[in-house]
Amino acid sequence: MDNFTVGVVVFPGSNCDRDVSWALEGCLDIRTKYLWHESSDLSDVDAIVLPGGFSYGDYLRCGAIARFSPLINALDEFVKSGKRVLGICNGFQILTESGFLPGALVANKNLNFICDDVELDIVSSKGGWFKNGDEKQTIKLPIAHGEGRYHCDSDTLKKLVDNELIALRYINNPNGSLFDIAGITNEKGNVLGLMPHPERACDETIGGTDGLFTLKSLILK
Amino acid sequence: MEQFAVKVFVRLRPSVLDPAGEATKSASIKLGAEGIKSLRIGKMIEVEIDGNGENEVREKIDLLCDRLFANTVIEDYEYSLEKL
Repeated sequence: MDNFTVGVVVFPGSNCDRDVSWALEGCLDIRTKYLWHESSDLSDVDAIVLPGGFSYGDYLRCGAIARFSPLINALDEFVKSGKRVLGICNGFQILTESGFLPGALVANKNLNFICDDVELDIVSSKGGWFKNGDEKQTIKLPIAHGEGRYHCDSDTLKKLVDNELIALRYINNPNGSLFDIAGITNEKGNVLGLMPHPERACDETIGGTDGLFTLKSLILK
Repeated sequence: MEQFAVKVFVRLRPSVLDPAGEATKSASIKLGAEGIKSLRIGKMIEVEIDGNGENEVREKIDLLCDRLFANTVIEDYEYSLEKL
């Protein structure tokens, strides 16, 4: 794994790119490389993180403009090859807007930008993104979003449930998300999108380490 | 080439909760307006566009609406078109 490199995508308006890089390099000793959104060459990265922030100022809808960047166009092949992609917060919004994950993220029910720690149930460890145990697993991660209310139609929700694609559910739903959904995977399990920020929970000195497992799992094959 | 003015209306689907609309409804009632049954907020996008006839322009606008202006998971769209 010495040469394993995680690409951290930088859009105009990304603001968690350096946090992700710090968490991967400083806490987990995993090499990272920033990928500018205009790049479409993904040949020297083994996994990709779409970080949080406000790509393209969140104009039109969160993640809507990022979808048309050369990098996101190149992501299709990358995902099909089975390589792992993690979308955090704005990254999750981009993954739904671009069709890599179903559903959409809309304004929080109470219209507030919510900045808090939340308790989450690990519903599925599909793709190995979360600890798998016989007992119910609960983790605590920070959230920071204004538009994190997950929405999809009832057929899609049934598909998510039936295929175990719901990774995380809020224990106390902060934003009105359908079915308390906080994170989902694609059917193959190599793409995870979640609203909470695992990169902000990688060191005890800043409040917890429940995010380490998910970031570490980027290096799974 | 002809020029057209297009007005695109993007609305949240009826099944999607519109908290901004609800807040505005609540403020409208506080203002004293009576009888408001429903209030929902959408977007209006104005486009001026050239094309060879209305059909060609409609094709372009349909693509823009479907792929960019609206997210059809949560939004519906409609538009009106006027030749300039």
